[in-house]
Amino acid sequence: MIDWILTQFPDSILGYIIICAVPLLFILPYALVTIYLEMKMSAHMQDRVAYMRTGWHGTLQPFADILKLLQKEDIIPTAADKFLFILAPYIVFIGTYATFAVLPFTSSYIGSDLDLGLFYLVAVSSLVVVGILMSGWASNNKWSLFGALRSAAQIVSYEIPTALVLLSIVMIAGTMNMQQLSQLQSGGISDWYIFGGPFPIVKKLLLLPLMFILFLVQLTASMAEVNRTPFDIPEAESELVQGYNTEYSGMKFAIFYLAEYANLFAVSAITVVAFFGGWGSPFGSFMSGGVWDLFWFVLKGMFFVSINIWLRWTLPRLRVDQLMYVSWKVLTPFALVCMILIGYILVAF
Amino acid sequence: MNMLSLYDYIFYFLAFVVIGSSFVVVFSRNIIYSAFALLFTFFGVAGFYVLLSADFLAITQLLIYVGGILVLLLFGVMLTNKVVDVDIKSSTIKTLPASIISALLAGLLCGIFYVTNWYTVPTNPELLNNTTAIAIGHAFISTWILPFEVASVVLLVAMLGAVIIARREKGPEVN
Repeated sequence: MIDWILTQFPDSILGYIIICAVPLLFILPYALVTIYLEMKMSAHMQDRVAYMRTGWHGTLQPFADILKLLQKEDIIPTAADKFLFILAPYIVFIGTYATFAVLPFTSSYIGSDLDLGLFYLVAVSSLVVVGILMSGWASNNKWSLFGALRSAAQIVSYEIPTALVLLSIVMIAGTMNMQQLSQLQSGGISDWYIFGGPFPIVKKLLLLPLMFILFLVQLTASMAEVNRTPFDIPEAESELVQGYNTEYSGMKFAIFYLAEYANLFAVSAITVVAFFGGWGSPFGSFMSGGVWDLFWFVLKGMFFVSINIWLRWTLPRLRVDQLMYVSWKVLTPFALVCMILIGYILVAF
Repeated sequence: MNMLSLYDYIFYFLAFVVIGSSFVVVFSRNIIYSAFALLFTFFGVAGFYVLLSADFLAITQLLIYVGGILVLLLFGVMLTNKVVDVDIKSSTIKTLPASIISALLAGLLCGIFYVTNWYTVPTNPELLNNTTAIAIGHAFISTWILPFEVASVVLLVAMLGAVIIARREKGPEVN
């Protein structure tokens, strides 16, 4: 697909710019769907019905929200640091958008077929932290600053269990290339790494419990990385108003919002590629290839997005000390022990 | 006269970003601006590594410098500058010795640049698609295993030292 775009635009700079914009084709409709999904799911879990009047069952509400944000006055507080205040939402969005470069949407489309895909994902997620710190500081508001510092501390802490989980996957698969990771698991549901991977039965059974623990660690850590309840202390409404984006309104707020939802899909996609076969069909070669790949990838991704939404509206918020406890004393040791055991299993079999 | 290729455009763009942001880092009066300008410097350098098809080095640059060092710097600056009322001044002091040392250092670097017999290879598109991670990994656990292990021990000691400093109890223990 990338080669096709490049042949359409012999003037190579334009071609590369268009390639960079391809993931937007997914992110924008996805964000609309997820905003609607989140409102409806949360409402039904709380015995409400949510939007009912804008279109059939409120389906036009996301468009109304976007129209409202587009025409809202863009307020920059007088005491804010104007330059950094304007720059921050874009840095956050760039950090999130950069992860889409290595997400293998189908077997034939991946933005950049990097051999170091997983490593790249771990590295670029740190850019979001800088953007969040920037927004918190530039707002010149103590709630924003506290929110930003909490958020940065949280993301940095939870990167460690995530990195250990991904390292374990790399050890088993022997590759960091996202496309090859999906390819290795393409033989149907039993080849997925959550079920032990495509190995002989003894090795598979030994790996199975470890993979399940690693999956739970990854799921928890990925929820923390997107700053959502139960890990939403950076924007704890009762303590910090809205955290680092308190002072933002209009389109700048919309960009933060978009980045949050895009990030939600990105971390879900990492879980999907690492444990659930990426674009692979659960039935092996049946219903696979071409558009089916995209279908399975998005379906699996949306499944984990829904799990995130479900947990967000089920669990209460953690305290700051509990948050650090979970990361450093629960997730990291579990991930570390699993990684060492996987090393032994790989050497023994 | 030959046309500038895309590669050249990207090179000059990155050079502009790196040099421009380094000037902000050095000359900015506001330490927060210096810290944030470092982000662009680090990114530009990572971009150079990508241009040299050193993919592993580029990503490591992002992970260590942007994800680790820059975030730590920002944390330090923000926690001391805004939350606690300590003013961090970045002003010019001891101009004469500083300029002499800087001039000497610049002369040394330029000297090294001209004296060194640079090893150059023609741009090879085949090379761009190969990862350097495998070769680096093999080198680390074979030829350079001792420096690699020593570096990890040094990091461990530094980490333990930080924990011990942070956890030092003050005053008599209460039972």
